[in-house]
This record gives sequence, C-alpha cells and structure tokens, in this order.
Amino acid sequence: MSDYPLPVTHVIDPSTSASERDTFLERFHGWVVTVDHKRLGILYILYSTFFLLVGGAEALAIRIQLAYPHLNFLSAQVYNRLFTMHGTTMVFLVGMPFLFGFANYVVPLQIGARDMAFPRLNAFSFWMTAFGGFLLYYSFLGGAGLYGVGNAPDVGWFAYAPLTSRAFSPGHATDYWALALIVSGFGTLGTAINIAATIISMRCKGMTLMRMPLFTWLFLIVSMLTLVTITPLTAAQFMLLIDRYLGGHFFDTQAGGSSLIWIHFFWIFGHPEVYVLVLPAFAIANEVIPVFCRKAIFGYSAMVTASVAIMFVSLSVWAHHMFTVGMTSVSNAFFTLSTMLVGVPTGIKIFNWIATLWGGRIRFTTPMLFCIGFLFQFLIAGLTGIMLSVAPWDWQLHNSYFVIAHFHYVLVGAIVFCIFAGIYYWYPKATGRLMSETLGKWHFWLFVIGFHITFDTMHFLGLLGMPRSIYTYQPDRGWNSLNLVVSVGGLIQGIAVLIFAYNFFISYRRGKVAGDDPWDAWTLEWTTSSPPPVYNFEEDPEVHSRRPLWDLKHPDDPDWEYES
Amino acid sequence: MQTCRAQGLIRRTSAAAWLLLTSHILIAQGTTPSTLAPASTPAHQIFDLSIFVLTITGGIFLIVGGLLTIALYRFRARKTDPADEPAQIYGSTQIELAWTVIPILIVVVLFLTTARIIFAIQDAPKPKSALDVTVIGHQFWWEFRYPKYGVVSANELHIPASSDAAPEATFLKLSSADVNHSFWIPQLAGKTDLIANHVNTMWLDPQKPGLYLGQCAQFCGSQHAMMLLRVYVDTPEQFDAWMRNQQQPAHQDAAVEAGRKVFERQACMNCHTVSGTAATGRFGPDLTHLMSRATLASGAMDNTPANLRQWIKSPDTFKRGALMPAMQLTDEQLDQVTAYLETLK
Repeated sequence: MSDYPLPVTHVIDPSTSASERDTFLERFHGWVVTVDHKRLGILYILYSTFFLLVGGAEALAIRIQLAYPHLNFLSAQVYNRLFTMHGTTMVFLVGMPFLFGFANYVVPLQIGARDMAFPRLNAFSFWMTAFGGFLLYYSFLGGAGLYGVGNAPDVGWFAYAPLTSRAFSPGHATDYWALALIVSGFGTLGTAINIAATIISMRCKGMTLMRMPLFTWLFLIVSMLTLVTITPLTAAQFMLLIDRYLGGHFFDTQAGGSSLIWIHFFWIFGHPEVYVLVLPAFAIANEVIPVFCRKAIFGYSAMVTASVAIMFVSLSVWAHHMFTVGMTSVSNAFFTLSTMLVGVPTGIKIFNWIATLWGGRIRFTTPMLFCIGFLFQFLIAGLTGIMLSVAPWDWQLHNSYFVIAHFHYVLVGAIVFCIFAGIYYWYPKATGRLMSETLGKWHFWLFVIGFHITFDTMHFLGLLGMPRSIYTYQPDRGWNSLNLVVSVGGLIQGIAVLIFAYNFFISYRRGKVAGDDPWDAWTLEWTTSSPPPVYNFEEDPEVHSRRPLWDLKHPDDPDWEYES
Repeated sequence: MQTCRAQGLIRRTSAAAWLLLTSHILIAQGTTPSTLAPASTPAHQIFDLSIFVLTITGGIFLIVGGLLTIALYRFRARKTDPADEPAQIYGSTQIELAWTVIPILIVVVLFLTTARIIFAIQDAPKPKSALDVTVIGHQFWWEFRYPKYGVVSANELHIPASSDAAPEATFLKLSSADVNHSFWIPQLAGKTDLIANHVNTMWLDPQKPGLYLGQCAQFCGSQHAMMLLRVYVDTPEQFDAWMRNQQQPAHQDAAVEAGRKVFERQACMNCHTVSGTAATGRFGPDLTHLMSRATLASGAMDNTPANLRQWIKSPDTFKRGALMPAMQLTDEQLDQVTAYLETLK
C-alpha cells in the first residue's frame, strides 16, 4: 500500500518507494483511496487544470463568435450555454479547487504537520467537489430531460431569478446547475473546515500565530470567509429547487415572490467569493515575491491586519453589484463607501509588496514574472474597482464589457497569474523536478501580451456601450474592430496555456532534478525532500521565527532578533 | 538584460496600442452608444464625475505603477551583486501609517463627491410638466405606455427634446412582465433594471434631437442580444405630430380587408393589439402604428415589406428563440397579412 495510516519515524529508502513497486492498477487505486494531503492537493490541481482547459476552450468559442458582428459560429442558445458554463466552470471548478489544491499541498508542510486535521474529510471533500463538476458537465447529456429543450444551463453563472423558474427555463439543465453547485459547495465547506482546523490545531512547536507564513495566514482567513459565503449560495440553490419542484414561490414574481431575494443571496455569496479567490492569490504572491527578491516581507503584521480587514469589509459590499436594481440613494451611498473602503487594506498590501521589492535583488524567474504581472494587473483591477464602486458611474458601466474587463483583470490578471506562479514555484517540491524555464518564459510573455490585448481592449468596449452576455452585436455600433482585437488576444492566451500544459506534463519526466530547496527559500516545506515522504518530516520541526530556513542558513543573523 | 529590453519593447508596443485605441474611441461616434458622448443631464453628471474619478485613479496608477517599475528596474539582480543577501527590512510603522492614512483621505474625497451625484440624479424632484412613460420589459422587446395620452407603443421610444427655454424631462417608470431586463441608453443616462413586482424610476432630459441607441443590459434569455432599443429625441413639434398620429386608431383600408381577416382569424390577434379593431392581445407589441417604426422585432431588422413577410413566415430566421410562433400561413395569407400590416401607418 502506498499510504501509511500512521506517522512513520524512519526514513524510507527512496529506491524502494511505493510507486516503483506497484502495478499501474495498484497505483491508480492508491490515488483513488488516498487520504494523503499531498496526493489530494495534486488531485485538486490536476482536476482544475483539466477544467481550466475546458473553460478556456469555451472562452475561445465565445471569442470566435464575437470576432465579427452577426457571425453564426454559435447559435444564440449554444452561446448562452457556453458563457454560463465558462463562468461557472472558472469560478467553481477552476478557481476554488486550484486554490484549495495549493492549501492542501502546502499548508501542512508549511506548519510542520504530518497531514490535515481530518484526512478522511479531506478526501471526501475532494470527491464531492469533483462529483459536482462532473455533474455540471453531465448536463450536456442529461439536461434535456422530458421537454426536449436545453442541455447545459443557459441562465448565466449569476442565474438571476425569475429566468431560472420552470416557466422560463424548462428542462433539467438549470437543475443540474443548482445541484452541481450544492454538491461541490459541500465539498468546499468540508475543505474550509479542514484547513481552518489544521491551521488552528496542527502547527509545529514554536509556530505561534504571528510566526505563521503569510500563505498559511491567508488560508486561515479564506477558510473562515468560505464558511460564511458558501452557505447563502447553498441556501439559495435549495430555494431555487424548492421553487422548481415543490411549488415554492421564493423567486416566483407572478405569485408575489421576489427576484431581488435571489440577487441579494447570490451576491452575499458572490462578492465575498471574489475575496475567497483573490486572498489565496495574495497568499502565493506573499511566498514568491520575498523569496525572489531575497528579502523578508515588509510589514508582516500590517499584511495580516489588512487581510483580516479585507475579510470583514468584504462581507458588507455585496450590493455594489446591485446599484441598478433600484435601491434607495442612501443604500447606494452606503455600498459606495463600503466598497471604496476595501481599497484601503488592499492598497496597504500593494505598498508592502513594493516595499519588499525595494532594496532587494530581484531574480526574474518564471514564478516571479507571474507575480510581477500580478502586481501591475492587480493595481489596475483595484483602480477600475474604485471606478465601479462609484454608484453613478456604475449605472453606466454595470453589465457592460467594462465590468467583464474588470473582473477578468482580477480573476485572470491577479488570480490565474498567481496560480501559475504557484505552480512553477511548488512544482519542484511536488514532483522533484523543475518546470522548464524557457517554456515558462514563453508561457509568461505570450500570456501577458494576450491578456493585455484582450482585457485592456474590453474596457473600451464597455465605455462604448457594449453590454455583456450578448451572442452577437450590430455592425453599426463601432464595436467591430475592438472585438476582433479582443478575440486575437484570446487566441494568444490560448496558445500560452497550451505551452503551459505541455511544460506541466513534459517536466514531470524530463525536468531538471530540483533537490530539496531549488529556490533558496525560507519556509518549512523546503526542509523536507522533494517530493516529500508520506509523513512529511522525519522529525517534528521546531521554529523560532517566521523564516525557519533563514535562521538555519544564517545562524549568525537569525530572524527572531528582529521580529516584533 | 534581455528581459529588460523585452520589457521596454512591450512598453512601447502597448503605448502604441493604447494610442490606437483611444483614437479609435474619438473617431467612433455617430451610431456608437458611447458613454463618453453624454447628451442628457444624468449622463453629463455621470461623465463629469467619471472624469474626476479617472483623474484621481489615474494619478494613483502613475505613482504606484511608477514606483513598482522603478523598484523592478533598480533592484534587479546583477552579476556584480555580492554573494550575501541584501539587508533585511521588516517594516516601518511611520511609512505604513502614511500609506494607510493617505488612501483613507482619498476615499473620503471620492465618497463625498460620489454621494453628491447619487443624490442629485436619483432624488431629483420631478417637475410638474414632466412626461410620464411606463416601460415594460418583455422577452425580448420593450413596451412603452404614455398613460396621459392613452398611447401604447413598442421598441422605439419617442421623447421630446429639452431646451433651456422649455425644459422637458421624461420620467420613466420601469417594470417587467417576465424576467429581469435593464434599460440602457448610454448617451442619455445610466441603466436601470426592469424587475417584475418592483417598479423603478429614472429620468432623461436630452438636449439634442436625434436617434440614440441602446439595448437590454441584463441577460434575459436566448435573444437578449436582439432586445435592442431606440430612443428618438424629437423637437417639441415633431413629438406632438408623432403623438397625434399615435393617438389615432388604426388606419382602415378596405383594400387590405383580406389581410385583416387573416390577422383576426389566425392567432395573431391573441397577442397583438391593433386599436379600433377586434385585435386586443397584450402578449406582443402593439401594432396599431407598426409602420411608424423603423425596425421590426425590437431592432432585429429594418422594417421593410420583405423582412416583415419573412418575420411572420418564420421568426426564427431573424431571432431564434423569440416567442412569436410561426403560424404556418400559406403564401397567399402571408402576402395578405403583410399588405394589411403595411397600411398601419
């Protein structure tokens, strides 16, 4: 068997490691029944990489359709299905599982633990998440139901009621959508509980809360936030199913129900969800930036405080998605203010990152390049976020391509860039081999160029009045050439992602052997071998500062003398 | 070094690209529903506010982005670097306090400016002389009702132009017959959603007569993209003439009697109204003055006899998913009913 149920205290001879002894079927079985946090972490990453390619292909189909006005590459209904699936996939089957994959793999190693607090819950959560994803995609086959209409949901990833009611969305596609999110939501909740419990109770000797790596800190915050945000979404999905099957009237406007209830529930989930996704991106940047500029993070406690502040403030901003639904002027002013306030802790973070770079010796490795891209793009995303928080301007920009550009700046420009940084950074730890730097740089430069061609241009389309979710547009609106530019950029990003996928798989066999600590880093995961043994550490580590490996490498100048 | 040169190249290329894009925006006028060419008080107020916000955020971008660029360039690793690590700096309370307080001050300024405009637009008092229009969203078309005039129209909204001498504001009451929609004419005002059971209001006072384009801005189903919107801002005289025509019952013409019978005996009249006749359906657009409109099917195509005939024959040709069914009329019936509709001036 490849899994050890108990911590093993002796070193296992690598030449007789489990993977070489077992047959393929045994190894496969080992992966399916595994409760090892590292294997589950890898499963999460593979699962989300797969759906990243699927969601990316959907995006490309969308962009081909929009390259020219009145194109008939996709029919209206297929287009609507694809943009619904693209959004749902990228948020629920790519963003969250990617980030939970990193948490699963890295957090126990960083805090010197042998595994997560609840390994079985961990496996259960992964398989629930995976089942949710496959259920969603099964709707392509099973969504037609008895009515013979609709396969795959076509209501938008926001699925505003009452469009989702049976009167307007017959068939079963919408049910698949709701059920898939309920199921994967339970998986997400399980993982969130698990990460929080692990961080609270499994830290090694000497690792006080204020000595935790910022990566771990942010995942503690994200887990708490996830517990608060996924719940209203799950509740809303149940209400939707009750409406559709049990004769409920929550969102049935014909029977006195309210569309606004759905919109509130959705965004009480939906806005903090953005922070559930972006805080882990910060977490990765917090590891990568200091290591590659060779300096301690600037203002550790301010970073922690700012993150906690973002968590709390993010719970009070949801209605900035609702400036156009007809709230009172006082509500609009309140949500303008609360949204702008998020800019303060976020600004602190950006300043701290710049201060970390200042005076360093910056090495432009692939993970660092992605983090630099992240810094620029997140700066812009934050500023367009301020623009959107200005309620009157949002009345113009809401549901236009400006908003699409803004949130892709966050979701791609910040989060996906950090995910790539994280993969290049921890890949050698997980596989023992480095990913190719040459291919990595090709990947980075093509991706960053394609990204800016696509999403910078989208801002202008929004300002020129192009609304989102339209399968085609009129040729007389002045949007033609800009749309073509956007599509070309999308294609370049697609090529970049294929290079990444190639690099990802080829490096597993052909990559340069990494050694335990290829980046000369400072956190605990780099003390153990690459890949780490099942039990992670030969003996329980003990730390005295935030950077235990710095102390080890510089015994004459240890960190604990300076940390406050 | 190579990376640096590449970065310089990227910067220059992107600068050129931005120039191209911005010049494109300046050129793109005419029929472009641009938020940058406001033509009504709310749109103007939003535009002025947006320039203010853009100036502040642009300034922040230049300063922070500049610092970031300088840091990346100045502190890049060099071959000549000493072997040891750079000085480790863990933080500085004064500096961190400064970059906490300054953003808070910026937020205060931005918020107060924004709040003023929110109240100015949203809580503007309604003048007694204001024109009332009720807008009802349908999948996938617009219904416009002028309650004071007893007029019902569709898809093409006519409102009077406002001038300093004779200020004319139009106040819209918005709701929906089915799913959510959103009314958006970028040059005239920000968008407002149409939600069943939830009446919203907005107002416009365009100064320049002309045609303003827009479309539904809230995804509302399969043909959301073809829920286009045209607003004609008329001079007061044009508006009065248009209104007088709309108030007339439908034009009666014995020559197209056969077409009228098709209309009334097939299912057409279940959904459409032609005032002064037996047709009083409310599910589809009011057709009493169909020929006074430039487009059909909420802007999906021009209002020509050929398009009209094809639209009646097979709505899927233009707008697959539109709720109007193909009635399987014979060619003769199609000709007759098209001829009848062509008389509804």
